[in-house]
Amino acid sequence: MSVYHYLTVSAILFALGTYGVLTRRNAIVIFMCIELMLNSVNLTFIALSRHLNSLDGQIFVFFVMTVAAAEAAVGLALMIATFRNRETIDVDQINLLKW
Amino acid sequence: MENLVQIALQNVNLAAIMPSLVLVCFGMGLLLINVFLPRGTTRPAVWISLVGIVVTAVVTVQGWGNPQYGFSDAVALDNFATFFNVTFLLAAALTILMSDDYLRREGYAVNEYYPLILFTTAGAMWMASGTDMMTIFLGLEVMSISLYVLAGFFRGQSASNEAGLKYFLLGAFSTGFLLYGMALIYGVTGSTRLTEIGAYLNSHSSLLANPMTLAGLVLLSIGFLFKLGAAPFHMWTPDVYQGAPTPVTAFMSAGPKAAAFAAFLRTLEYCFFGLKPEWSAMLWVLAVLTMTVGNVIAISQTNIKRMLAYSSISHAGYALVGLVAANEIGYSGVLFYMLAYTFMNIGAFAVLILVGKQGEENLTLEGFAGLGYKRPLLGVAMSVFLFALMGLPPTAGFAGKFYIFAGAVKAGYIWLAIIGVLNSAVSLYYYLRVMVYMYFRDPTEDYAWISLPVSVLATIILAVIGCLYLGILPNEVMAMAKTAIF
Repeated sequence: MSVYHYLTVSAILFALGTYGVLTRRNAIVIFMCIELMLNSVNLTFIALSRHLNSLDGQIFVFFVMTVAAAEAAVGLALMIATFRNRETIDVDQINLLKW
Repeated sequence: MENLVQIALQNVNLAAIMPSLVLVCFGMGLLLINVFLPRGTTRPAVWISLVGIVVTAVVTVQGWGNPQYGFSDAVALDNFATFFNVTFLLAAALTILMSDDYLRREGYAVNEYYPLILFTTAGAMWMASGTDMMTIFLGLEVMSISLYVLAGFFRGQSASNEAGLKYFLLGAFSTGFLLYGMALIYGVTGSTRLTEIGAYLNSHSSLLANPMTLAGLVLLSIGFLFKLGAAPFHMWTPDVYQGAPTPVTAFMSAGPKAAAFAAFLRTLEYCFFGLKPEWSAMLWVLAVLTMTVGNVIAISQTNIKRMLAYSSISHAGYALVGLVAANEIGYSGVLFYMLAYTFMNIGAFAVLILVGKQGEENLTLEGFAGLGYKRPLLGVAMSVFLFALMGLPPTAGFAGKFYIFAGAVKAGYIWLAIIGVLNSAVSLYYYLRVMVYMYFRDPTEDYAWISLPVSVLATIILAVIGCLYLGILPNEVMAMAKTAIF
């Protein structure tokens, strides 16, 4: 398996994540799709790191994972706060602010 | 495998991150102190965070003309970073000054607000001084995650929840693009250091036309342009700015936006100088689009906070003109403009805070009817900020726009400058409308509820001084901005 296979898989995962963000309406599912995008980036970094024989990419992945965890904490808290007030996290119904 | 184990640790230089280090220490200390403060006591937190900002400012200013590099060239505290750091600190200080009374009025006098502002500022500092994609990414995320919390800070208010959630979802989405761009650039060049990337692309010029490089550049730009609120990635801006607590909106539109400009500018200039014609052309289109979309939609707004949100989109467009120009005066114009914008925008939001009532933001145009007569000083201050936002002399907005458009003309982008000036003319309409309401409408209210707390007064006075000083005597600051660019 060459690096191209890994890059192709991660590109497909990234595209799937993007598609999910654009089509799904539940905030948690959207967030899961974003996590999929971030993980596809991680896969890209690791494949390239192995291919280039350089450690930078793997260190980058650690940072991405840490940040994704912090982001998940804040994001889920925001969703809970929204749910308490509105009893929904459907992004089509979260439409107080527009035009 | 031998070269895998060589990790350089000898290049740690704490002086290169000293300002953000001091700020983060104050932030964390404040979090600890907050535990011991009784609920509702916020004055100590305000004072400690202000002291933290002043100490950081002193440390930051030491770095002027004395560049420090550290962490194997992942951080550079050069004049460029120092100039932006001062902008962030000013934005943070002005925001903190005007926050306390507002938070108290709205019933959210919670101490965690202040450390979050400090952490956001520290993240912005890492973005401005990052010379490695990792540093820039980390700075961006520290800044953004703190801002997600701040945008949703009024957790009992649906509008604030919505602002936080929207900002979070779209911000995380854009981070995905930014990271993928970084990964692709890493794949092409084998490094995450900006200078090494630039040198590698320069010595392997065939890689410049490689689809992977171009895709990386585009994805990276999407990530940054999202944070700038540039069209067509501006969709989150009005909603988030309208829903977030007003001081947070003011802060968001000044500090973090400047940070995104700093990181974007450095990345383009360090890594992609070989692709300058390509990204100039791309940003040309986006600058025109951003200015026009912001100004045209702002015309139809009746909510002043939302109008200022659209106006902040158009201001991002003006600053993008400086990036397109990509010459000395254009770049230093961006630095100058971000500083000027901090004063004028935060000042305008400070007046909005004062005009609002408890639980009722009072942000309609009618809410300003006759304000200029009933509250002459407030009216004059608001007029100064509006003149600055319009870009009329003798205010900071004029000097900033003048430099940026001069840079565009010098670089041969005459049409871009003309479109920019026409856009400024369009913006006169909606800014002047506020002044018409302030001075030419009979007051429907007596504005007796407006009290003038010392802290908010200090914000407004500082902002007025900043607007006028940068407008009347711009040369000195502009000369500093010129020595700050690469």
